[in-house]
Amino acid sequence: MKRYHIFLLMALLILVVLPLFLDNYILGIFVMIFFWAYVGQSWNVLTGYTGHISLGHALYIGVGAYTSTYLAQAFGLSPWFGMIAGGVVAAGIAIFLGFLGFRFGLRGVYFVILTIAFAEITRLIVSHVEALGSFSGIFLDFEPSFWNFQFSGNLPYYYISLGMMLFSLAAVAIIERSKLGRYIVAIREDEEAAQALGVNTFKYNMLAIAISAFMTSIAGVFYANYIFYLHPNSMFGMSMSIELILRPIVGGLGTLFGPLIGSFLLTPLSEISRAYFAKGGLEGLHLVLYGILAILVVLFMPKGIIVYVRRFLDPLLRDKT
Amino acid sequence: MDATLTIQLIIQGILLGGIYGLIAMGLSLIFGVMGVINFAHGQMMVMAMYVSYWIFVLLGLDPYLSLIIVVAVIFVMGYVIQATVVNRIIDYPEAMQVLPLVSIGLILENLALLLWGPDHRSPQTILSLESIWIGPIMIDVSRLIAFVLAIFFTILIFLFLKKTNIGKCIRAASDNRMGAILVGIDVNRIYNASFGLGAATTAAAGVLLLPLMPISPHMGHDFTLTAFIVVILGGMGNLLGALVGGLILGVAELVSTLFLPATLKQVVSFSILIIIMLFRPQGILGGKK
Repeated sequence: MKRYHIFLLMALLILVVLPLFLDNYILGIFVMIFFWAYVGQSWNVLTGYTGHISLGHALYIGVGAYTSTYLAQAFGLSPWFGMIAGGVVAAGIAIFLGFLGFRFGLRGVYFVILTIAFAEITRLIVSHVEALGSFSGIFLDFEPSFWNFQFSGNLPYYYISLGMMLFSLAAVAIIERSKLGRYIVAIREDEEAAQALGVNTFKYNMLAIAISAFMTSIAGVFYANYIFYLHPNSMFGMSMSIELILRPIVGGLGTLFGPLIGSFLLTPLSEISRAYFAKGGLEGLHLVLYGILAILVVLFMPKGIIVYVRRFLDPLLRDKT
Repeated sequence: MDATLTIQLIIQGILLGGIYGLIAMGLSLIFGVMGVINFAHGQMMVMAMYVSYWIFVLLGLDPYLSLIIVVAVIFVMGYVIQATVVNRIIDYPEAMQVLPLVSIGLILENLALLLWGPDHRSPQTILSLESIWIGPIMIDVSRLIAFVLAIFFTILIFLFLKKTNIGKCIRAASDNRMGAILVGIDVNRIYNASFGLGAATTAAAGVLLLPLMPISPHMGHDFTLTAFIVVILGGMGNLLGALVGGLILGVAELVSTLFLPATLKQVVSFSILIIIMLFRPQGILGGKK
């Protein structure tokens, strides 16, 4: 076995036994680390690998959260199945968006604006649907049980979110090695050249956006059942879309471990600084610092922090030959 | 359908549209010269509104009187943003240009939250409640003043770009960056001035809007998006297009309140946006690129 794999296994082992030593508050921070790493990875599938920037991924978070919660409230369906339903709806919307965007050749900023427009339209419509709680949102008040996806204490959420993060890592690792992965990277580097070489760019763009939306909506289901409260502005809003892209960009866009590194770095920083500043009446300061950090990363390390992590870890993990 | 109400809404839409046009003109100018989409545009405008509000509360100076000060402050802010951040990312791929500007928006929005708190605020200026009647149609004085001034500023910017030396340098840098460098224009400084000018334009629009609506830190996004819609409607980088697009959007938004709840009017504008992007991406009047 290679050193690299031993390292990963050890890291995993530590994460599995870690909850034995942590209290509920710290567990909550880890839940958020895994959650944002998962969401970042889902976004990364589209933007990191194909290069088409989505600034409306909150759309899929919201669709997942609202679909599963609605099905649970109206029909008593478990969010575990609601996840799949939400994923299918999200992928359907993404395919429609992708069809408009890729078929009509909206590139760069036009594509960004298309994704924002879709998220905003959905937010406004959901705000006016009575069955979805309209402006006041929905409170989730189910009995804690595995079937209802509601638990008391952070421990179950810890393992679920850890599982989600591992799932996303595995999924992206498989995509990277597959034909799909090679094709979408080719699209990112030069879409026209890829097309000229016979890659069906439309098809692979569509596949990437559908997978990304499906994965993101699962995060939405988790998020809804973790914070117990859905509001159109917090689920579908621009701030959600911005929040979820910061970590993969800071970590390293279009890389397998970038979103994870970004989340391990930024999430504790954000959770702790938010609590700390809010106590001092300085609400919003953590986001100011956040924005400054993101600008500095783009200006001075556009390939992300992963480059420096690699430089440090690679010599240690290389097998002696 | 009530004809008077319709006419009333159309007039209000035109008045609002003039301000939309002014907001979008700043965005269009920045895009036309540097090819950068300013994702912090609405937040810059909200910043201007707060500065104006602050001057009003602290010094008792009416927003219309302090306009020059506010515009100067935001000009400097835009100049600095361009000099420190945007000039460094101008040659980046579009993907990497988005994040720093979104981050600037995030910073401005939360600075406003930090400095002024989350509450809605609306200054009670002298004119905010006055209105005049033309037959059965009512026109708010502050809306009318805002519209007239917006058109005045629009003309001013046109003259500035056509007649003055800096204006000519800006147009040269926008037409051909390399050519401008070759004839000895300090393009980076022209870029700084252009971003500052774009910011100042939207600042002026913000001040004009101040008597018309309460301000809150999180309203920036909406205006950024409104500016996008207007600019895409009129044609990216086309300054006259921004005015035309603004008028169309203003009327469309207000007339749509005849059929839809007012909170849904943005669904109409976003739908217009998507249709224009799909079928006439160069905008109604044609744009740059």
